[in-house]
Amino acid sequence: MIAFLIRRLIGAFLVLVAVSFITYLIFIKIPGGDPAARIAGRTATDANIADIRQKLNLDDPFYLQYWGMMKSLFTADLVSYSSQLNVVDQIVSGIPATFSLCIGAAIIWLFFGTLVGVVSAVYAGRTSDRVITVLALIGLSLPVFWLGLVMRYLFAQDHPFRFLPDGGYVPLTTNPWEWFTHLLMPWGALAVLFIGFYGRVLRSNILDTINEDYVRTAKAKGLPYRHVLIKHVLRNSMIPIVTLFGLDFAAVLGGAAILTETVFDLKGVGWYAAQSVGDLDLPPIMAVTIYATFFIVIFSVIVDLLYAWLDPRIRPT
Amino acid sequence: MATDSSTDFTLDSAAALAADERGEIEGKSPWVLAWRRLRRNYVALGFLLLFVIIVVLCAFAGTYASQVAHTGPNDNHLGETFTRDGKQVPVVSKGGFTTGGGFVAGGIPVGPQLWHAGGRYVFGADNQGRDVAVRLLYGGRNSLKVGIGSAIFCTVFALLTALLAAYYGGWVDWLISRVYDLIWAFPVLLLAIALGTALSINGFHHLGINLAAGSLWIPTGVIAFVLIPYVGRPLRGQILSLREKEFVEAATAQGASSVRVMIGELLPNIASSVLVLFTLIIASNIITEAGLSFLGAGVQPPNPSWGTLIADGQSRIVTAPWLAIIPGIAIVLTVLSLNVFGDGLRDALDPRAKVRVER
Repeated sequence: MIAFLIRRLIGAFLVLVAVSFITYLIFIKIPGGDPAARIAGRTATDANIADIRQKLNLDDPFYLQYWGMMKSLFTADLVSYSSQLNVVDQIVSGIPATFSLCIGAAIIWLFFGTLVGVVSAVYAGRTSDRVITVLALIGLSLPVFWLGLVMRYLFAQDHPFRFLPDGGYVPLTTNPWEWFTHLLMPWGALAVLFIGFYGRVLRSNILDTINEDYVRTAKAKGLPYRHVLIKHVLRNSMIPIVTLFGLDFAAVLGGAAILTETVFDLKGVGWYAAQSVGDLDLPPIMAVTIYATFFIVIFSVIVDLLYAWLDPRIRPT
Repeated sequence: MATDSSTDFTLDSAAALAADERGEIEGKSPWVLAWRRLRRNYVALGFLLLFVIIVVLCAFAGTYASQVAHTGPNDNHLGETFTRDGKQVPVVSKGGFTTGGGFVAGGIPVGPQLWHAGGRYVFGADNQGRDVAVRLLYGGRNSLKVGIGSAIFCTVFALLTALLAAYYGGWVDWLISRVYDLIWAFPVLLLAIALGTALSINGFHHLGINLAAGSLWIPTGVIAFVLIPYVGRPLRGQILSLREKEFVEAATAQGASSVRVMIGELLPNIASSVLVLFTLIIASNIITEAGLSFLGAGVQPPNPSWGTLIADGQSRIVTAPWLAIIPGIAIVLTVLSLNVFGDGLRDALDPRAKVRVER
């Protein structure tokens, strides 16, 4: 187990290096024009450009350029030149909003995704299964930002039946109730997509597992159906869901909820990246991309360990 | 060979069926069988029809603009009026006090007219006085171009790399799989935003390809690139298991070249999966494009797309909700039609079709 862990950690480290190198290529090498001028943004002065050139070692060979980018990201002296604000500080200040959004939404989508999957698998082929399948497909087809806009229009604008506050984020420590009501719509919007997706994946997993020999044996032993379903079928069908969930959760924590955060004006990590897109301000996007990818890589190690714990067959020896 | 359907003991029901229909047994390829299953799935076919209608409507955006709406997608009609049921109505309200003593807020565009204005402003106007229906069709054209174009690039590239990786194995497989892993490690939307934004400043000028900053090819290429592992990985897995089958061995033993084995033996066997993945990836690409354009990292103005239309309407969701809601409905209908059809296609092509389980 220790050897497996060490091997997995070394692998993860190599992926991190490769991924950050790709980020370097995306921002410094691939686009045309002078990288320093591009990174400095629209309102840059010559001094800004010279500063970037020096900080990111842009006059040096590529490995020193890469090193300069990583150093400025991890020593927290990367500055967004359109706002003159420190990028790492801005990301850190966005973390509470992002985490509140993602953890709440994840609870909702896991719960309802499992419910939807189990119900439609147990009633496979019947009307309730068909209705759920259609709803799940509609959920998968909704662009999350559009759903958010429509929700805001319906529930938060100046209507007689307005009952939710319109966007923004209130810290949990300031006012828990306000925190909750402000997050209800974003949670719902973000969860809808995943509920549809998880429900469908779980449904087909359950239908695959339900025909296995050990399930028939369990039924033949006379175990109650509910017991077979939960202990034998669901436990095995949930394994792929664990992998899926680990990666999706890491991605949204890392800022992949960028559209939800933007639509609901939740000032989180993704919102910060989205603001920079409009200003063509590259350092924040660069930092958020690396930050998100690090989350995903680290979570994938955790998922692998969890996987090994859930499924003895793939437990490393 | 004709079968006498009056024979008392026909055990072969397929033969009996054939006898009823045409009086002879024909060899049926898996494609014919799949088509027979699909033909009975009216829901899937209905949604395919819906998708075709949307594509055709968007293809005739120019005709609609010149013949029905009499305006282009970027024509500004601020301060103009149009005839509605014989009365003159301003395209964008001027604001101020009316003669009756009421107050009208300024700058509010006219709402959906449907057919009351003789084909003008069917879905209303935006704050520049531009015709939303015209922009919707032109935007749809761009969204579909990017969605379908990137799906083609993505599928072709993923298919090629998956074939090479699974056929040759060894270091080729290692290299291609690691490239998939690396792209996979990025969150799709963030990687697309990073690439889209970085390339929207000065365009792309490498490998002999020169793309200007506002080119539609940039979002197309970006979306195709970020989704490669999502298509390539499942394909590679399938080819890997086919690779061990006897028919590949037989072909190799007969002296077939590697290209021949890949194209003649492996490709036909994964064609159905490719087709299903292709349908579903168009749907996901259209959503990704909309998200990218909504954030300003996809299709660049003045080119409209469904995503930029929603972004434009976002700030006017209270006074002019149709601006954001109508393009969204267009996206949902298009993506839903592809998802439902793709699902039906998979059911028809997948002979295992475990989906319908009897308990």
